[in-house]
Amino acid sequence: MSNNIPADLKYTKSHEWVRQTQNGALEIGITDHAQSALGDLVFVEVPDVGRALAAGETCAVVESVKAASDVYCPLAGKVVANNVALSSKPELLNEDPYGAGWLFRLEADASADMKSLMSPALYRTFLAEESK
Amino acid sequence: MTELSLREPLIFELSKPGRGAVTQFPPNVAGSVRVPENLRRRSPPALPEVSELQAVRHFTRLSQMNFSIDTHFYPLGSCTMKYNPKACNTYAMLPEFLGRHPLGPEPQGFLACMYELQGMLQEITGMQAVSLTPMAGAQGEFAGVAMIRAYHRARNDTGRTEIIVPQAAHGTNPATATMCGYTVREIPCDANGDVDIEALKLAVSPATAGIMLTNPSTLGVFERKIVQIARTVHEAGGLLYYDGANLNAILGKVRPGDMGFDVIHMNLHKTFSTPHGGGGPGSGAVGVSARLKAFLPLPIVGKENARYRWLTEGDLPQSIGRLSGFMGNAGVNLRAYIYMRLLGRQGMVRVAEFAALNANYLMKRLQAIGFEAAYPKRRASHEFIITLKQEHKAYHVSAMDVAKRLLDYGFHAPTTYFPLLVPECLLIEPTETEAKEDLDRFCDAMASIREEMRHDPEKLASAPHTMPVRRLDDVRAAKQLDLIWKGSAAYQEPLGS
Amino acid sequence: MAFIPHTAEDIARMLGVIGVNGIEDLFDEIPAELRAGALSLPEPLSEMEIGRLMGERAAIDGRPLNFIGAGAYEHHIPAPVWSIATRGEFYSAYTPYQAEASQGTLQLVYEYQSMMCALTGMEVSNASLYDGASALAEACLMAVRSNRSSSSRRILMPRAVNPTYAQVARAIAGNQDISFVPVDYDRFAGVTLLEALEAYSAQDFTALIVQQPNFFGSLEEVDALTNWAHENKILLIALVNPISLALLKPPAQWGTEIAGVRGADIVCGEGQSLGVPLASGGPYFGFMATRMHYVRQMPGRIVGRTVDTEGRPGFSLTLQAREQHIRRSKATSNICTNQGLMVTAATIYMSLLGPRGLEAVAQASMQRTGELISALCQVAGVKRGFTAPHFHEAVLLLDRPAAEVLAALYRKGIIGGLDLSERYPELGSAMLVCATETKLSVDIDRYRAALTDAMSASCAT
Repeated sequence: MSNNIPADLKYTKSHEWVRQTQNGALEIGITDHAQSALGDLVFVEVPDVGRALAAGETCAVVESVKAASDVYCPLAGKVVANNVALSSKPELLNEDPYGAGWLFRLEADASADMKSLMSPALYRTFLAEESK
Repeated sequence: MTELSLREPLIFELSKPGRGAVTQFPPNVAGSVRVPENLRRRSPPALPEVSELQAVRHFTRLSQMNFSIDTHFYPLGSCTMKYNPKACNTYAMLPEFLGRHPLGPEPQGFLACMYELQGMLQEITGMQAVSLTPMAGAQGEFAGVAMIRAYHRARNDTGRTEIIVPQAAHGTNPATATMCGYTVREIPCDANGDVDIEALKLAVSPATAGIMLTNPSTLGVFERKIVQIARTVHEAGGLLYYDGANLNAILGKVRPGDMGFDVIHMNLHKTFSTPHGGGGPGSGAVGVSARLKAFLPLPIVGKENARYRWLTEGDLPQSIGRLSGFMGNAGVNLRAYIYMRLLGRQGMVRVAEFAALNANYLMKRLQAIGFEAAYPKRRASHEFIITLKQEHKAYHVSAMDVAKRLLDYGFHAPTTYFPLLVPECLLIEPTETEAKEDLDRFCDAMASIREEMRHDPEKLASAPHTMPVRRLDDVRAAKQLDLIWKGSAAYQEPLGS
Repeated sequence: MAFIPHTAEDIARMLGVIGVNGIEDLFDEIPAELRAGALSLPEPLSEMEIGRLMGERAAIDGRPLNFIGAGAYEHHIPAPVWSIATRGEFYSAYTPYQAEASQGTLQLVYEYQSMMCALTGMEVSNASLYDGASALAEACLMAVRSNRSSSSRRILMPRAVNPTYAQVARAIAGNQDISFVPVDYDRFAGVTLLEALEAYSAQDFTALIVQQPNFFGSLEEVDALTNWAHENKILLIALVNPISLALLKPPAQWGTEIAGVRGADIVCGEGQSLGVPLASGGPYFGFMATRMHYVRQMPGRIVGRTVDTEGRPGFSLTLQAREQHIRRSKATSNICTNQGLMVTAATIYMSLLGPRGLEAVAQASMQRTGELISALCQVAGVKRGFTAPHFHEAVLLLDRPAAEVLAALYRKGIIGGLDLSERYPELGSAMLVCATETKLSVDIDRYRAALTDAMSASCAT
């Protein structure tokens, strides 16, 4: 099972990753572990731009032939961009989960707490625990 | 010309404008009624235009590409694929039954059958009343959970928002709980396949509306702690729902009503041998204990002064209501009635006995060949689980590979990857109507496949080899959706234009 | 007796392999206190005996001449339909989960989906639901999932929609806090009142249901109703009769384009009239079709065409991630078993009739109903209920209690219609009558004569 965990990102227990972009927005996707567990994705639904999301709210759906999974918003905020390419090419998420397979960008609320997310090391330990 | 192939063109590809099975067209009727211009259809629907023989041959050829009980051993776990007696179909299709409109005056002959069927199902399940209305197992489940909800509401007990479901449950159980507006709380099973009682005790609370259970469970074993489970849930104020998927295993041996269940659905298309029809119709009759009687779905057949009649809203004002436009899958119920009368008191008990005999025999023989039973210390119910986790490690073959290879040997595959708890599993249910010779042939095929795992695993990975198609690209099917024939536009152009 | 092939010798050898002394030992894990005693069930019958019994029961019911429709219609069923549908390979097969061993059923369902889309004009159809009423309930649940511009969970249910369907929708969707708001009909024309809808223009609704032809058999002004819904960001659920679609505008073409959208959003209905017998109420089948945009919100199985590992075309169940066996508590519906065999019959039926045959059936049914209404309205005390154009059903008003009249007709072997007095008390004594292509002039004459007697007889009492 593939298991790449980039050092410059933050993670959640539900296998989302969060990237701090240069303009301050947060980029969000699902991890290599998650895409690998799901298998070949056949459909991805991303949230509409402008939608306000609460932390933990269901905001996207990723679907393979054998499984479907909800994506939970890691932090509260407003959607400022979404990856429309995924609607015609869901395989981008399998091929490049941390790059071309990003899901959406969020302008975090002032109350959003980055400290609630896991570091790469913590996520690695979490995965190891989970697979036991 | 190409060589003879198993492929059959689409019916649309056989079509030619101007052709038709004209004997089937009604004669022209003169008349003055007109559809107003703005409501009229502009161009004819793109339906095929074929001769009667073309249609007959096309659909007959399609039928020949199917495995079925009539043609193959079909040990599909949890589905109870037993012989569907021909008499059930023949006598349910008498013209008087077939021609009857459901809203006409109550037909006494048909209703007598339904009334007696309700009574027989009541007796065999140990429940107090039965409604035949639900049209399939999942709708029976819906009716059952909706009755639980109605019961709590009628008592103003509105804080109950959760349904407990064991992890091994069929997917319809949690889906049904959601449809009824409940949240689902899953609990684990222990290493022997029984419900984890400690986990159950932690899960029950004043929020518990009920629990949905199958017994024997989807793991193919009898839930031995059922009395304790019933007590725990009842003491918490919840009700017990029995999913009748595996009723074939216990027919006449133990009754859900006696185990403490408050409501049960039966799959008449499993236990009482009405056909599966390539996906349906089923029938999901529900039975209830005395306290849920008032909430049964309508209509139900009642008898007054030697006359049968449909009981309706006036008779059961607290009913959860109607689930079908008429009377449920009446013709399926009629087939179940005929089946039950053929078997009678003696036959009914033999069903469970020989279903259990066949399952336990097959399990022992497959173990002797080298396959690993998931619950070797337990008696099989009417079905059992083989896990291929060792073979998966040693030879990189999957349960799916074995399933597909079995098709080449002329056997329908067992259920694969269900229940999800057991890795690389095959859920095998032979049913009581299979002869020992057929079970032995199945064992021979499994032994042969076992050899192939060792010496020719590629043969398994690329199976099946003898079907009309090889393994299909499911990813492509879901990504490049091709759900209808798209030649429609071209078809509407007259030929030669 | 059970259909058990085992000989005494088989049993002995099998018990030996298992390592038990008798079959009873196989049940030793069931707690003794739970074991059932002897069951009180009838004695077994031979096939000959059950054949005689069923023949006697059938004879009690007889074969009355039927003039009720109200959601289930008596059409001629071509002989090949059930001769093929009851072949064991269709009749006794399971759901086509093992695609390679089920190509026959899968290809047939793909053809069925194509035919339903041809009839309705929609882009995608599922493989069937239980019946028309439960299909409407599922359509309501689907509309709530699909309409993201509405948060009300309120659906407009015209009173001209089949009242039993409205009951079923309430029983099924009501558990998820979906509510239904009635919309009145025009007492003169017998169609849904657009003015009654206008009152709701400023409010949040999820969907509007339009039945065409409606429960009274009248043809609704579907264009205006559809446009009103879309102007108010309300989804339109079309409830239609598939036979009528050979003559009537397909739901995909209802209304005009508003904000890039035209026609019904979800189409559903009862498929029984396509080759399935009346059979005292079932099994029938529900159908559902929609736009591709909403396909992931649609309940029920869907078959797709794909290729095998050698690139040859083949068929398999697809989009299964919507369904209960994968999504469990988050599935679009709990439906699992559907009405596959009825779909088999319907697909054969539609193939035999084709576009011309189906149109002829629709046309003949409509004309026969016209003939029936004219004939019955000549009887003193009988008049037409509504003025709107009809398809193959209509309401008649009587100056005697409908129940008495219908009972008198039944004594003469005629099921004359459906008494509407309880469902629509405002109509007074009313009944819904239907004629299809199966009713000939001689049948209509017989009905008129019997009705003449019944009306004067009940007059005398």
